[in-house]
Amino acid sequence: MTGDEVLARVRDLRFQRGRRWIFDGVDLDIRRGQVTAIMGPSGSGKTTLLRLLGGQLRPHGGSVQVAGQEVPRLSRPELYRLRRRMGMLFQSGALFTHLSVFENVAFPIREHAELPEPLLRALVLLKLEAVGLRGARSLMPAELSGGMARRVALARAIALDPVLVMYDEPFTGQDPITMGVLIELIRRLNDILGLSSVVVSHDVEETLAIADYVYVIADGRLLAEGSPAQLRASDSAAVRQFLDARADGPVPFHYPAPGLAEELLDGEGP
Amino acid sequence: MTGRLQALGRATLDGLQALGGAVLLLGRLLRGATVVLVRPRLLVEQVYAVGTLSLVIIAVSALFVGMVLGLQGYYTLVDFGADDSVGTLVALSLVRELGPVVTALLFAGRAGSSLTAEIGLMKATEQLSSMEMMAVDPERRILAPRFAAALVAVPLLAAVFSAVGVIGGYLVAVGMLGIDGGAFWSNMQSAVDVTPDILNGVIKSVAFGFVAGWIALYMGYTAEPTAQGVSRATTQGVVRTSLAVLGLDFLLTALMFD
Repeated sequence: MTGDEVLARVRDLRFQRGRRWIFDGVDLDIRRGQVTAIMGPSGSGKTTLLRLLGGQLRPHGGSVQVAGQEVPRLSRPELYRLRRRMGMLFQSGALFTHLSVFENVAFPIREHAELPEPLLRALVLLKLEAVGLRGARSLMPAELSGGMARRVALARAIALDPVLVMYDEPFTGQDPITMGVLIELIRRLNDILGLSSVVVSHDVEETLAIADYVYVIADGRLLAEGSPAQLRASDSAAVRQFLDARADGPVPFHYPAPGLAEELLDGEGP
Repeated sequence: MTGRLQALGRATLDGLQALGGAVLLLGRLLRGATVVLVRPRLLVEQVYAVGTLSLVIIAVSALFVGMVLGLQGYYTLVDFGADDSVGTLVALSLVRELGPVVTALLFAGRAGSSLTAEIGLMKATEQLSSMEMMAVDPERRILAPRFAAALVAVPLLAAVFSAVGVIGGYLVAVGMLGIDGGAFWSNMQSAVDVTPDILNGVIKSVAFGFVAGWIALYMGYTAEPTAQGVSRATTQGVVRTSLAVLGLDFLLTALMFD
């Protein structure tokens, strides 16, 4: 694999919160033109990984490179220049509640380019058309369903024509139809606009359906990687537990605690 | 014992850290506030939100405060046969003290609390994070114009407060208690000077606007991103602003009128 094909490269990533290592030596590549999925149980640091890629957090060790630039070493202006080429879809959508759908999508364009109003309008309508919500442009975020809000946020994330779009749990809490729409959108936008996408999710089926390459993270380490087909064929116990949604396995069902008998007989505390 | 010492040490360190954070934020707010020179619209929108929308509460409160001052002043001065000076008393109390102080306290309750809640909720719903990811600095785009607006709005509101308060005093003293209108105004005019009275009042209100905006924004920006966190930050913001304004008022008064 030549360097040009890799848009983002993470090497020996180490990041801790308090005393807990969220990442303890993780390597991964985000390849151009592909949908790369990062999967793992809740609390495995998937969202943290996106924030590290976007430079909102600094790693405690290792290297995070995007488009050939070492993200943690960038100055603020350099980081902002890089972020103009990145789009991020937050789990909550994070739409600006005081602005209409149209103004939400127009926001990043207005902030970064002084376009004449007719051109701006055309751009915003095209972005909204891409997510099928041109007709909803004058609604306020409070009037949107969860799925629509996420699609508006997606239109906003691609407003500046980014090269990399990051999706934080795009499928969580969506009905099956919306889920189908989002899957279709992520794949289509990636291919038509020539983007590279990173999807962070724990929705196994949906993620495997759109990903070109999948990384599974648990306990701060890379558990497995490969194409969806390779993962489905994997016989690693940890991968199986995650893909088959088994309650107990290498990832324990119980939060660490002293023995049950000991605690019940002890009878003190909450 | 060790536990208590530890808790004391932790509380001290946390307090110092918060203070340091607030000062650093202030530096960035001051630098960021230059954005309103390039984009004055941001300032106008915020002055409307924190200033214009606070006008009613400021005017109504001022009217009552002025009326009470007129009454109290009259009953005290009439014993000395100085009831003609009630206009002077009302005006001096308002421009030197009550105008800036009560305005700042009302501002903290009406506009400061809404600033804290707004910023806290924007943070809790990841709106500030998403702005950062769009390469838009939320401190410059969202916080700084609000800070500048507080700085502009509080002195203007204090001026309105003093003016309406004087009218309230006039209504009571001249309209109700029968003091001569000419004496009311002429005594006031000869006793109230631009410096030190009005100028010092303006300096105070600028200082209070500075403190009110800074505390409200800091509390919102550092609020824990939960419902409980935002509500606690809002309450603490109002309490801290009120205490800071009253303390600062004493300091400034001591410096100005010694």
